Parts: sequence; structure tokens; C-alpha cells
Amino acid sequence: MVPLSHYLALSVILFVLGAAGFVFRRNIITVFMCIELMLNAVNLAFIAFSRFLGNLDGQLFVFFVIVVAAAEAAVGLAIIIALHRHRQSLNIEDVDSMKM
Amino acid sequence: MDILFYIVAAVSILAALNVVLQRTPVYSALSLIVVLCSLAVVYLLLGAEFMAVLQVIIYAGAIMVLFVFVIMLLNAGHEVPSQRSRFAKWLGAPIVAAFLVEMLMAVWNQFPASGATRPPRLDGSPAAIGHLLFRSYVLPFEVTSILILVAVLGAVVLAKKEF
Repeated sequence: MVPLSHYLALSVILFVLGAAGFVFRRNIITVFMCIELMLNAVNLAFIAFSRFLGNLDGQLFVFFVIVVAAAEAAVGLAIIIALHRHRQSLNIEDVDSMKM
Repeated sequence: MDILFYIVAAVSILAALNVVLQRTPVYSALSLIVVLCSLAVVYLLLGAEFMAVLQVIIYAGAIMVLFVFVIMLLNAGHEVPSQRSRFAKWLGAPIVAAFLVEMLMAVWNQFPASGATRPPRLDGSPAAIGHLLFRSYVLPFEVTSILILVAVLGAVVLAKKEF
């Protein structure tokens, strides 16, 4: 039986990798994908706790996180498309002012 | 069964590294699909069958197709390093490393690996999830439907020609 801490360690490593990509990458789409990676790391922690505490609520939370992530992806990618139309660039350094 | 978890965990970590290290978004997206599918296998090992299926269908299917579609549409190519991105690397690497060490130490102190007792079998079937969803979580479910409606409207308005 794999102990709970190993699942949590995997979750932590994936979350930190997502955070690292958020800091290091300059392409706005890659940054967005790193956010998805962090959401997935949290989902893994939820499901591991759900299994080891014998409580199904954690899986329901993952269900809602997936739904919110889908909505977030739709709106975020629409924003990226609008941004690209205005700036002709996907580099986050080109979008450092609040005005479009 | 144990060895399967470690293999899948290694695959997901390598693929996640590839997501971060690739400079071309399409390669990052394809690596992210590998991460999502290997996480679905981990969910199966944890007895969350329904969540594994949702992970593959919604995440690896719908969301990542949307990502790849936008990458192709905007013709996102190779990312060029700049002065500021070098600064971010130089400053960000120690912070990220410290964050990783701190989180791992917190996990290790809080949940020691010894005494791995087998937890009771949990029913992660669609029937059990559905019972819980429509008994205890009806209000969040309804609120989520409003969220999706707003997200759809927002996406249409934002992607329109003029806004």
C-alpha cells in the first residue's frame, strides 16, 4: 500500500513545477497551462485525502474544480484571443499596462 | 500495484518538467496531456473511477483540445528569452526551490510514511457520486450551472470582433 505522504509528495512536486513555469515562462498560453497543472496537483491531493480519510466529499470537490477549470479555460482563452488581436503578441511582457 | 504508482508518478513528473522547460507551447500542451492521463491512472489506483473518467474526458479531451486549438489559431511559436526573463529565472529559482523544500518537509512532518494501514475501500462509482451530488451538494451544483452560463456568455463576448 502506497502511503498517503507519497501521493501528497507527488501533488507538491507537480504544484511547484506549475508555479515554476508560472514564474519562468513568458508565453501567456504556457503560463495558462501551468495554472492548469497547479489545479491538477490540488485535485490529486483532494482525491488522496478522500481515499485515506474514507470520505467521498473530496471527490465531489474535484468534480467542482474540474467544472470551474473548464469555465476558466474558456474565458481565459477568449481573453488571450482578444489580447492577441489588440497587441499582436503572446509575450506577457508586452501586456504590462492595464489599458488595452 | 505499488510499483505502478511509482512508474506513473515518475512519468507525470517528467512530463510536468517538460511542460515547464519547453519553449514551444504546442510541446508544452502535449506534455500536459501526458500529465493529465497519468494523473487519471493515479485516480484509478486511489479507487476514484468516476473522477479518472472525468479527468480524461473533460481535461485531456475538452480543455486541452481548446488549448491546442487556440495555439494553432494564434500561431504561437518559439518564445524568445529577454532581459527580464533572465532576471525572473535568476530570482525565481531559489524561491521555487525553497517553496518545494518547505512543502515537502511539511508533508513529511505531518504525514509520516510509517504505519501504512490499508484504509477502508471507498465506493467511487458514478452512483455513489451522484447520490452525494444530488443529496448534499444540490445548491453548489445549481450555482455551478450559473457559472458555466456566465462563462459561455463571457467567452462569446470577449472573442467577438469589437468589445
